[in-house]
Amino acid sequence: MNPKIARHVYGWLLFAPAAIFFILFTHYPIVRSCYLSFFNNPRGVQPRRFVGLANYAYLVNDPIFWQALKNNLIYAFGTIPVTVSLAILMAVWVNRRMTGRAFVRAAYFTPTILPMIAIANIWLFFYTPGVGLFDNLLKSMGYSGRNWLGDPDTALLCLMVIAIWKDAGFFMIFYLAALQGIPKDVIEAGKIEGAGRWYFFRRVTLPLLMPTTVFVVFNALINTFRIIDHIFILTKGGPDNATELLLYYLFQTAFEFWDTAYAAVLTVVIMAILMTLALAQFKVLERRTHYQ
Amino acid sequence: MRTSGFKLVLLATALVFMVVGVAAAEINMTMYYPIAVGGKPYQIINELIQGFESQNPNIKVKAVYYGNYDDTRTKCLAALKAGEPVQLSVLFSIDIFDLLNQDIIVPWDDVVQTDADRAWLKSFYPALMANSMAGGKTYGIPFQRSTIVMYYNKDAFAEVGLDPEKPPATWDELVAMGKKLVKRDANGQVVRWGLSIPSTGYPYWMYQCLAIENGLELMNKAGNEVYFNRPESIEALRFWHDMAYKHEIMQKGSTDWGTLRQQFLGGSTAMMWHTTGNLTPVRDGAKFKFGVAMLPAHKRRGSPTGGGNFYIFKKTTPEERTAVLKFVQFMTEPINTAKWSIGTGYVATRPAAYETDLLKDYVAGFPAATVARDQFEYAVAEFSTHETARVKKFLDDAIQAVLSGKATPQEALNKAQQGADQILGGYR
Amino acid sequence: MTPSRLWLQLETVAAWLLGILWALPLLYAFWAAFHPAAYAVKFDLAAPLTLANFIEAWTTAPFARYFVNTILYTTMTTALQFVLCTLAAYAFACHDWKGKDLVFSLILIQLMVMPDQLLVVNYQTMTALNLVDTIPAISLPYIASAFGVFLLRQNFKQVPIALAEAARVEGAGPLTILLKVYVPLSKAVYLAYGLVSISWHWNNFLWPLVITNSVTTRPITVGLSIFGSPENGVNFAIVSAGTLMSVAPLLIGFLLFQHQFVHSFMRAGIK
Repeated sequence: MNPKIARHVYGWLLFAPAAIFFILFTHYPIVRSCYLSFFNNPRGVQPRRFVGLANYAYLVNDPIFWQALKNNLIYAFGTIPVTVSLAILMAVWVNRRMTGRAFVRAAYFTPTILPMIAIANIWLFFYTPGVGLFDNLLKSMGYSGRNWLGDPDTALLCLMVIAIWKDAGFFMIFYLAALQGIPKDVIEAGKIEGAGRWYFFRRVTLPLLMPTTVFVVFNALINTFRIIDHIFILTKGGPDNATELLLYYLFQTAFEFWDTAYAAVLTVVIMAILMTLALAQFKVLERRTHYQ
Repeated sequence: MRTSGFKLVLLATALVFMVVGVAAAEINMTMYYPIAVGGKPYQIINELIQGFESQNPNIKVKAVYYGNYDDTRTKCLAALKAGEPVQLSVLFSIDIFDLLNQDIIVPWDDVVQTDADRAWLKSFYPALMANSMAGGKTYGIPFQRSTIVMYYNKDAFAEVGLDPEKPPATWDELVAMGKKLVKRDANGQVVRWGLSIPSTGYPYWMYQCLAIENGLELMNKAGNEVYFNRPESIEALRFWHDMAYKHEIMQKGSTDWGTLRQQFLGGSTAMMWHTTGNLTPVRDGAKFKFGVAMLPAHKRRGSPTGGGNFYIFKKTTPEERTAVLKFVQFMTEPINTAKWSIGTGYVATRPAAYETDLLKDYVAGFPAATVARDQFEYAVAEFSTHETARVKKFLDDAIQAVLSGKATPQEALNKAQQGADQILGGYR
Repeated sequence: MTPSRLWLQLETVAAWLLGILWALPLLYAFWAAFHPAAYAVKFDLAAPLTLANFIEAWTTAPFARYFVNTILYTTMTTALQFVLCTLAAYAFACHDWKGKDLVFSLILIQLMVMPDQLLVVNYQTMTALNLVDTIPAISLPYIASAFGVFLLRQNFKQVPIALAEAARVEGAGPLTILLKVYVPLSKAVYLAYGLVSISWHWNNFLWPLVITNSVTTRPITVGLSIFGSPENGVNFAIVSAGTLMSVAPLLIGFLLFQHQFVHSFMRAGIK
């Protein structure tokens, strides 16, 4: 065979095994979801038929969808800044010499490796009104207990606290890596110039950590559209949809209501959001490189 | 050569048929069952299955367990859609309309053969059949069935000077006694509530109690109309709301179905409404004297029934149907129903079970076990419509919104009615 | 200027306090699991210790089977990921072929839209393939991993071309070069990727929940969720015991090889 053609064939052959699975479980479902979103939901004897934008019209008028979207935004913008700040703080602390550093680092990181389901099982006890840990603590301090998960005002917050607890240690790792990547001479220079620690951190360290922050923030954003395991244990989306997140709503629609058509619409919406995020990340990174 | 090759093929075919024939003599059935693996209910079901298999060596029963009704339905439907062989299942009694819409179940009337079989079909408590029949045909055989009862802490009653043998019998008494039972610490913080009614998991079910006690059934028999915003239903939800916000005998916000038993056993609520299916765990876990009572009455007494029925699926061979019938009849034999009821707290579904010595002795030593049965006299069908899961969600959301003080009963129930009408309109 | 000693000590204390706060939930689970049920909601240092909750949990649910399923599923996934992603990464890093750039950007889509969000159609696909409720079905959507391809490609690119050239001169074919040059030089990345992948799949929940139906396929997370939410109510002590048992392998592994874990996650994240 012509060596030039052989080269192309060889490249494709190497890629082919992975390609099959990429297409089957990523690209085909993306296309198929878009396609299904324009059809009705076939049920029993009813056949599938084209309904145009009817499902999307239902989406626009579906208050639960809007509530879920809003919850998702609150969840993301409530957890990410806290998680990221804590992660930086943890990384800075763990990065210096200190007694018991190994314990502290392990304590920060451990929640990351535990399954969300296990974590939810444990936190459920904290939040149980009357007999749970939080209520016991509050009562011992003379405050009244709260119905943590049963009150729409606090239920989502409770889930967010868990997410912060679980993710801060995970993102700490990336900052730790970034901190260790800061050139020694930069640090020395700072010391020689007599820069205050806070000043040095703000003017030198933090900007150097910027690429990591961009990476972490976007990863965290994606995660809010992916990790919903704790909802299954803690609230099932309630009370009154206060903890309904988009992916959980998608699950309910598909596997509790058996409405594949509307589930396809929700899939498309989630995909659109994620793609937009990807584009935004790309733009941010691009702008940064222009400035540098 | 040709002929001998042909003969070989013939021989091979014959062999294959023989093997298949032998295999066909053995009937395998798969059943989905909504209990968690392990634990007492699981052990009892397993023992019963083993008992059945030893009586019928040619029938093998494979039980697939799932923790709760929703998961079981989800998984069972998924398996059926995937073309896996599932012959029967215990599913939520209220799934009946959805299973009919999916066109996957057959009435037991078509499965029974003899007069004895037909008599068996009629041998269950009539209250339980309300959720088991549609269009005059029987689709569900009651097995894992319950009503809602009131568990109360007798020690707490005695402590505040109430008669432990006289639980509240009316809504007014409920409020009055509830107020007495609320206990506060030195700072005025509540350490024990008077009453808890769970509002996650199955909010609509608990709400149905209040609605029926207020004289209203929430849906029609055909399952295509609901009455969420009638004056009676609004009043019922307002009463639930007021117990928390006006009378302050109940915590505000929703009360978790799953952890409520732990709260009751931990003493942080003096009374709870819960399924009779919880009777045995409460008996095993309570460190104090507790009582079980019928729910209090308002315009009338009442509780919806609940729980699961045996369904038989359409995609079954005649041989399989006979085997399934045999199995379900075995499971509902008075003695086996009695064993099941004692082990779990679920109601024995046939009067004959209460005539067995086993259950007679048990009831004599533990009278609380008959409360749920006695309540059958006042019981109504559990909430069930077409697209039940979706319609239920509208009602559940309304209840939770009201209990957390986010909407008035009128607003919330109007909204729920609208949502339900939109979906049910297609089935009228 | 160096910060004052006092300030540094204050920081150490703060770091410790946060550490204790972070460890508390797990410590609480230990408390609940090792004491009789009555003490799960009541703190009393004199409470008797017991293993009864563990025994009850172990006999109540088929944890052993769940572990076997989880191990099968995670090993299968990680092993297949290694093979597929290595080949693909090799194609992207060291070969020049038509359509390469376009294809590469197409697979990067998966970094954003993951199989978790595509579960409805993937479920239909599994139904069509007759794989519902099998262990391969849990694995297959993940084995072609954009993350893995990306990570390995970056690493292969850093291997000096001269090494590959030298092997070629000695008559090695492309596959031999991959196995003898690229793979051995990327051991650290494989370790990192392996650890990340194993802990990711060990903890995976939603897709396994959807695709498994029975005890023989269900991984530990799904088993635990069923164990933790029984029909009629939970018992804190026993659920804690079950929860601890199911996280034990990963937790012990992590505490023993903390250093490797942390460095693996760092490496996998940066590249």
